[in-house]
Amino acid sequence: MNRDTQFLPRESLQLLIDAVISNGYDCIGPQVRDGAIIYDQLNSVTQLPRGITDSQSPGHYTLNSNDSLKYFNWANGPQAIKPLLFTAREKLWQSEQSDDGQLTFTPTEPTHKPIAILGVRACDIAAMKIQDQHFLQQAFVDPYYKVRRENLLTIAVNCAHPADTCFCHSTGDGPFVDDGADIVLTELDTGYLINPQSTRGEALLTQLTLEYKTVAQSDEYETIKTNASIQKRRLPELDIKTQLMSELNNDAWHAIATKCLSCGNCTSACPTCFCHSENDVAELNGHSSSHYREWDSCFTQGHSQIHGIIIRSEIGHRYRQWLTHKFSTWHEQYGRSGCVGCGRCIAWCPVEIDVIESITQVVERRRG
Amino acid sequence: MANAQPNPYQPKEALIVARIQEGPELFTLRLQFTDPACRAAYSFQPGQFNMLYLHGVGEIPISIVSDPEDCDVIDHTIRVVGRVTKGFNKLKTGDRIGLRGPYGNGWPMTESQHKDIVIVTGGLGCAPSVSIINYIEQRRKDFARLNIIQGVKHSSDLIWQARYEKWRKLPDSKVLLAADTGEAIWPWHIGPVTTLFDQLEFDPDNVSVMMCGPEGMMHVVCDHMLDKNVPASQLFLSMERNMQCAIGHCGHCQYGSQFICKDGPVFSYDKIHSLFKTKGF
Repeated sequence: MNRDTQFLPRESLQLLIDAVISNGYDCIGPQVRDGAIIYDQLNSVTQLPRGITDSQSPGHYTLNSNDSLKYFNWANGPQAIKPLLFTAREKLWQSEQSDDGQLTFTPTEPTHKPIAILGVRACDIAAMKIQDQHFLQQAFVDPYYKVRRENLLTIAVNCAHPADTCFCHSTGDGPFVDDGADIVLTELDTGYLINPQSTRGEALLTQLTLEYKTVAQSDEYETIKTNASIQKRRLPELDIKTQLMSELNNDAWHAIATKCLSCGNCTSACPTCFCHSENDVAELNGHSSSHYREWDSCFTQGHSQIHGIIIRSEIGHRYRQWLTHKFSTWHEQYGRSGCVGCGRCIAWCPVEIDVIESITQVVERRRG
Repeated sequence: MANAQPNPYQPKEALIVARIQEGPELFTLRLQFTDPACRAAYSFQPGQFNMLYLHGVGEIPISIVSDPEDCDVIDHTIRVVGRVTKGFNKLKTGDRIGLRGPYGNGWPMTESQHKDIVIVTGGLGCAPSVSIINYIEQRRKDFARLNIIQGVKHSSDLIWQARYEKWRKLPDSKVLLAADTGEAIWPWHIGPVTTLFDQLEFDPDNVSVMMCGPEGMMHVVCDHMLDKNVPASQLFLSMERNMQCAIGHCGHCQYGSQFICKDGPVFSYDKIHSLFKTKGF
């Protein structure tokens, strides 16, 4: 097994994309669309966001461009891996009723073309591991997630440019990828340090001609890592897990709720949120009905509705449900917090609610 | 292999072999899988539930009320409350629906053997409790004193009056019924069900208290039983929340760290007491 770090010059990055495609994968990668970095089909390095940086703050996300030759000099946009594995809407099965009333159920076959995603960040690798726990490592296995996951190759790029909204260093999930990816790149001035993290990644890299890394490149790597780990934003160094649950009746929840629109942007952008609803769409032929699942959010009234009663009738209840689940009860379910520090819920909140400020607000009211 | 495991979301066809009208808005569907292999593979415990699917409308969780010894046919008592139950109400014997299950943990029947039993229900036709009573009726010698206590808002809300009469005649059993308000011919207690608690007969060190119904009622029962020195671990509550998938994936039924569909629906009070009196969970 050779998992040594090697070097791929920038002008050879296309060869990596070509190798991915020639191994039967659809290559998905970052590109600029509608003023944001999104992930979509990518066949050429010319589609990558060269010289693009971002600026993010509560409720704000903008891209800027400069003369840099770097392709990965930005922090995460609204989405990366989650919609590829746990899709926003999909048909689970179909029900057919014959004229004599017999029902036939036909499940949607969980098949998927192999996908390779280039440019994944550490926070999203961590989030994927969490969703693996939820969909694959419980009593019931989700067959749709499973097939996609088995066919996913992740080529991560260590984050050299965290945004002001990022706090992955304080959750322990970034900015560099420790494990869980297939291949990890680190972008230097002239190219990429490249490491396989899985047998599959290793096999792919044997198809490329790579160079040995130099001492200067190692130094550059260390500098990037140190700088990226300096993040202004961090979780308060408190026992958040316990303290939030002991503050369920704190007025701070209602203070936050006066601002919160209950729009669910945070749960859509969150790479670990897994809630979904199921619903039927009856066809006009009167015989067929398709059963779908789609992302749902604990910020909707319907999420907690049970025979006509809405359990979380107030926005404060819904915000508290989301925050206490993510930062407290998640620990009991999956052995860690449900937050990977990607900061998306902060940047994509239309009314600039900052999750760290919310935690601090609840815990500080407790002290005060 | 994509198909190594059966798709956990897909229902199987079930036939309505009988439809029993229990009350004005309450009926029982007796279901049987049409596929003999599904019938043979199916078994359940009292307190578990199935997902029932109405073609073109949707799926809902419904608890099983029949006896686990006979799982060839499965009874579900349903109250008309929403879109799917309104649709089920229109079905007849011979119609077909979708069924998948059983889900959840069920009541602690084995652990409760040789103990006094207190069953407390409130509201209309609390189906999960009927599964316990039926179970004990069939195995009366395995349990010590049986107390059944049911409260309704109005005397006309009490369904299954004949069954309560029958249960009252079981050996060593007590049935206490109360209506907040009632008609002149109502033979039972008028007033809150809580005023009957002192008539219950049980040994606090050797009792299982099983309850289902409105959470407000269960709060009162738990407080009373804790006052009587019944340990929190012997108070069992059947909880309800929105459920879409029943297999712990969709997230709707989360109650703190618990998924009601797979960790419940029956919880001992010590598992949930920290959230139980907080509105909005």
